[in-house]
Amino acid sequence: MIIKVLGPGCSNCKNLERVTREAVDGLGLDATIEKVEDYAAIMGYGVMSTPALVVDEKVVVSGRVPKVAEIRELLAPAAA
Amino acid sequence: MSVVERLPTSRRGHWLTLVGGASAWIVAYWVNGWLWDRVLYDGLGMDPEARVTETVHFFLYDTIKIGLLLVGIIFIVTVLRSYMSIERTRALLGGKREGVGNVMAAGLGVITPFCSCSAVPAFIGFVAAGVPIGVTLSFLIASPLVNEIAIGMLFSLFGWQVTAVYVVAGLTIAIVAGWVLGRMGVQRWVEPFVFETKLGGQVIDSTAGLTFDQRIQMGVEEVATILRKIWPYLLVGIGLGAVIHGWVPTDFFTTYAGPGNAFGVLVAVGIGVPLYSNAAGIMPMVQALHEKGLPMGTLLAFMMSVVALSLPEMILLRRVLKPQLLAAFVGVVATGIVAVGYLFNFILA
Repeated sequence: MIIKVLGPGCSNCKNLERVTREAVDGLGLDATIEKVEDYAAIMGYGVMSTPALVVDEKVVVSGRVPKVAEIRELLAPAAA
Repeated sequence: MSVVERLPTSRRGHWLTLVGGASAWIVAYWVNGWLWDRVLYDGLGMDPEARVTETVHFFLYDTIKIGLLLVGIIFIVTVLRSYMSIERTRALLGGKREGVGNVMAAGLGVITPFCSCSAVPAFIGFVAAGVPIGVTLSFLIASPLVNEIAIGMLFSLFGWQVTAVYVVAGLTIAIVAGWVLGRMGVQRWVEPFVFETKLGGQVIDSTAGLTFDQRIQMGVEEVATILRKIWPYLLVGIGLGAVIHGWVPTDFFTTYAGPGNAFGVLVAVGIGVPLYSNAAGIMPMVQALHEKGLPMGTLLAFMMSVVALSLPEMILLRRVLKPQLLAAFVGVVATGIVAVGYLFNFILA
């Protein structure tokens, strides 16, 4: 599973990366987490509101930082 | 475990918590209205007329009052704004011509949730959708300039007339400034990569499909985030306001900076533009200065120049706007604010 955290580096983006790692570790998933900070790359996903979370090239969250529990729920189907 | 995760999970549980929270807020607000009189005058026997008493009373009363107002306003505005998104604003503004576009953009700038960290993608996205640069700038001006916290505070401190003046003036500045900048043919002063970046695939609407509970959670988190960020500045602002309230003679400013003084507004804007503060932090100072005779037009101009233009925002905008356009942006907005200041000193005098 390839997870990408999209954002130019503001505090919300760092928060999203942190809670995503927590969720991934909590589920024991075999996943890589990449930070994408290049604007062209971010917009290539159709994202205008950062931070955003991309799982296997699909945008699952944009414009906010969900709770760890919600990210776990979002990752669970892709992990199965 | 966050506050929200500790709450009852049933729908009815959530409603009870909301109602409980609102009731607690109302009670706290009401108690704050009389509590400090009792504690300071009756309890501690302080002389109501003494300067120290006035200063302490102002500080305590305003800290609680502004704290409560911030919690209420931020929570309600965040939840309401979650029904709007910048992606939808982009769709609404796409292809609109200047004039109408500027008016819509200014209005949307007030109600669209917009994190300044998204300023660059938002700018690129708007351009890619065919939104004229001037219209985009109207949005970018209105968003910080007509600030919901300032609206709430002005309303509670000065009533609806001053608040209406603020909102109308802010929107007008955003519309006119954006239109003027657009007319100046500013395409050549936008960084080229803005026109070259493609917005890929489907634009993701960031707030569509959120449940009501998620919106409430966003509200709670936004309150915590903002309070955590600004509480020191808040206390400093209230402290300064308290000192002005207690120690500056009444009508002090009428002599030196009243409506008769031609430079009052210019000085106010000159100080306000480089200052960077949350609207809540300067409100207590604005209130105290008004008591001491500073005219409302000058104060509004000061407040607007603090919130409309900030260094972090300028640094971000520099990514998409070349220096000439950035300078023009600051200049046109500051001029608009000065004009508003003089106009309202004239009208309200």
